Amino acid sequence: MSSSRFVITVIGLDRVGIVAGVTRVMAEHGVNIADIRQTIMSDLFTMIMLAEAKGENFDMAAFKEAMSAIGKELGVEIIVQHEDVFRFMHRI
Amino acid sequence: MLIHPEEILETINMVTHQHLDIRTVTMGISLRGCGHPDIKVFNANVYERILRCAENLVQTTEEIQNLYGIPIINKRISVTPIAIAAESCRADDYTPVAETLDRVAQETGVDFVGGFSALVQKGLTPGDLTLMNSIPQALATTQKVCSSVNLATTKAGINMDAVAMMGHIIKQTAELTGDRGGIGCAKLVVFANAPEDNPFMAGAFHGVGEPDCVINIGVSGPGVVNAAVRALENPSLGDIAECIKKTAFKITRMGEMVGKEVARRLDAQFGGLDPSLRPRPWVTAWQLFSRPWAWKAAVLTVQPLPWRCLTMRSRRGARWLLHRWVA
Repeated sequence: MSSSRFVITVIGLDRVGIVAGVTRVMAEHGVNIADIRQTIMSDLFTMIMLAEAKGENFDMAAFKEAMSAIGKELGVEIIVQHEDVFRFMHRI
Repeated sequence: MLIHPEEILETINMVTHQHLDIRTVTMGISLRGCGHPDIKVFNANVYERILRCAENLVQTTEEIQNLYGIPIINKRISVTPIAIAAESCRADDYTPVAETLDRVAQETGVDFVGGFSALVQKGLTPGDLTLMNSIPQALATTQKVCSSVNLATTKAGINMDAVAMMGHIIKQTAELTGDRGGIGCAKLVVFANAPEDNPFMAGAFHGVGEPDCVINIGVSGPGVVNAAVRALENPSLGDIAECIKKTAFKITRMGEMVGKEVARRLDAQFGGLDPSLRPRPWVTAWQLFSRPWAWKAAVLTVQPLPWRCLTMRSRRGARWLLHRWVA
């Protein structure tokens, strides 16, 4: 594990307040957004964020739990994964 | 963004829809330093040694699962074949060793411990003999211990004495667990040409040429490969090969990353990775029997069997009789 950056993927039906809800939880956990992409793919709202947790006491499990709770509330699926997964799988 | 969104969605799709997962994380632990003439001391050494290495195995794999978002299904331990590790014990039964392994498996929370094993392809030492005789009782009294015996290799030949012994041992193992469907035998593997080191249950054991503590990974990717190949439109054989190659590469890299991180956190060495492309058994059986061509093929294979069983001479005789009969 070389960095503290995460890829957060939000997939679901578009509605008001998805970005607001997700970013609020991120701010509460001290997670910064390094990059953000959003698109509608086959009627599904898809948002991909590259996020960074710089705090020494960052609790990954608690953050994932909070993200999954807000995802349920908003009716979207939120997946949090360390960026290394994508680097290893798709890059030599 | 340095990582392409399509790659991110492809990975997520692999996990959520195509059943990509880490099938097993197996920690191989050497017990070569545990030997003692008193079996009680030996058991205490084994217990302490495994617990020291694998105490955080389950917790660490769960952390990695959370970190990367890739499910890790089984956590297992393999140890030096007990026949070698316990050779110096003055005991005529190794069942207490199996019970110690079972206890340590319960405490660490792993699914199985493999290595109640002996390698006897060329001959039996007293330790091998004691272990083999202990197998039925050991597998009947424990839950998570797996046992294996290697009886033959291409180089050494077949140890026929050991083969005869194993016949009785298998039967006895089945009898002792008869009230539970003969479950003892499901935890027993009899090998010919066992590899030097084997992380796969139920025949897992930690090879003597291996490091002190090692992490091996098994990755399950048939669903991913299946989906990737199906997505191809009118492919040539070359296209299919290329697609399987690329997909297998991605699966392998993912497994390698997980294995290296688990090993780093547990202060162990990263051993090897096995990308499994074999579909789940029930899928294979269902797919096979749901297709009419499979039935036809089965009939065609079965029909000529009696004919194949005949020798050339008797075939000629049969042909002659057939001609006479037709004439």
